[in-house]
Amino acid sequence: MTLARRIIPCLDVDGGRVVKGIEFDRLRDMGDPEALAARYNREGADELVVLDIAASRDGRATFLDTISRVARQLNIPLTAGGGIRKLEDGQSVLRAGADKVTVNTAAVERPELISELANQFGSQAVVLSIDAKRMAGRWEVFTRGGREATGLDAMEWARNGVARGAGEILLTSIDRDGTCNGFDCELTAAISTSVSVPVIASGGAKTFEHFFAVFGDGQADAALAASIFHGEIHSIHALKAYLIERGLPIRVEREL
Amino acid sequence: MRLSIVDYGAGNLPSVERAFQSLGAESERVISAAQLAAARAIVLPGVGHFSAFVAALKKSGLAASLRAAFDSNIPILGICLGLQAMFATSEEAPRDEGLGFLAGEVRALPTSAKSPHIGWNQIRHARSSQLLRDVPTDAYFYFAHSYAAPATGDCVAAVCDHGRAFAAVVEHRNLFGVQFHPEKSGQVGARVLRNFLEALP
Repeated sequence: MTLARRIIPCLDVDGGRVVKGIEFDRLRDMGDPEALAARYNREGADELVVLDIAASRDGRATFLDTISRVARQLNIPLTAGGGIRKLEDGQSVLRAGADKVTVNTAAVERPELISELANQFGSQAVVLSIDAKRMAGRWEVFTRGGREATGLDAMEWARNGVARGAGEILLTSIDRDGTCNGFDCELTAAISTSVSVPVIASGGAKTFEHFFAVFGDGQADAALAASIFHGEIHSIHALKAYLIERGLPIRVEREL
Repeated sequence: MRLSIVDYGAGNLPSVERAFQSLGAESERVISAAQLAAARAIVLPGVGHFSAFVAALKKSGLAASLRAAFDSNIPILGICLGLQAMFATSEEAPRDEGLGFLAGEVRALPTSAKSPHIGWNQIRHARSSQLLRDVPTDAYFYFAHSYAAPATGDCVAAVCDHGRAFAAVVEHRNLFGVQFHPEKSGQVGARVLRNFLEALP
C-alpha cells in the first residue's frame, strides 16, 4: 500500500479555450476544455488543473462557466485557480465544481488569504502555487505570471504557506518552464523535503524520463504538464505504463 | 429508490449527485430535519472542519434526524468527513461531540507521513464488505484528509495506511462509510457507489 505518484494534466484557459503561450503576448489555441478534460479523465489522469491565465475581472464569469463544464466531464479531482484575490473568489471557484483552489500572487501580497481559505474550506482544498527562479544561489519567488520578483525565498515562503494552512504546493520552475529540458529536480527536492505537504512539480516536462526523474531525484508527489499531453504527443496511459515498468506506484484507470 | 443527499451548506454536492445520476439513481438535496425524516436512503458528504460540520448538522436539526434514521434502519452512506462524523469524537474538535453512531475517536494522521493525506492510495480489505463487492484488492481510491477513524473495531471493513493504519471503509448495520471520495475515484469509485445502491432494501 503506497500513495501513488500523480500525473496531472493542466489546462491553461483564456476566454473559454485552452491555450498555449508561444511567445510574449501570443497564444495558440489548443482546443476545447471539455473535450480535453473528458479525454484525460478516460486516459487515467489522476487529477486535472484548470488555470485562468488571463485572470481578468471581465473574464471571470467565462472562467467559472469553464470550470463547471469541465467538472461535469470528470470523476477525478479538479483544481482551479488564476486570479484568486479573496475568499469569495475561492468560494465561487469551489461552488462552480472545483475541489481545490490555487492561490499565487494575492497570497504573496496578503498571506492571510491562505488561512482564510483553509479555515473556511479545509487545508485539503487550498493549493499554494509558487513560481520560483534560481537567483544567486537560492530560489526566489516571482508573481504576476513570473514577471515580478518578490525578494522572497521559495523554501521560506513554502514553509510559511503550509504553516498558514496550504494543503499542497504547486511548484513551477520559471527557469525550466517551456524549455522541454525536464523538471528542476533540485528545486523540487529542496521544497519537497522542507514542507510536510505534497508537492506538485511543474515546468519543463517533455519526455517520460523527465517524469521518472522528478519522482526519484525530485521527490515530487505529483507531476504536472500541459501542452505535451494536449497534442497527443504523449498519452497519459503510455506514460503511466512506462513509470510502472520502472517500479513506481502508479494508479491505472480500469473498466469495472 | 430516491437518495436524500444532506446539504449542510458546504461541500461539493454536484459531483456526488452526478456520480449517482450516472448510475441511474435519482437524488434530492435535503436541508431540513423534516425533509430528512422522510428519507429512505441517505448520503452524508462532508468536507472541511469537524467542528463546523457537526455544528451545522446540530443547528439545523439534521443531526437528530440522522439519529432517528440510524435507529430506524434507514441506510446512510457517509463520505470523508461524513464517515468521521459518525464516530463519537474527533481530535480535530475535542469539545464537540460527533453523531456517536460508532464508538471511537477520530484522530490526526501522524506527521511522519505527508499530511494532508492527498492522493490515490490502496486499501486492505479487512473482512467481507458490501461496498467493496467486485472491487479489486489492489484498486486505488482518492483520499483528501488529515484526520482518520480507528483501524480496529467490528465496523471496519477495509483499512488504509498513511503514517498509521486507519479505517477506509466502515459498515455496521445500516451504516456505510468511506474515508476516500468515491465520486472522485474513477471507475472503482463508481463501483462502490453502485454497491451502495445495490445494498438498499
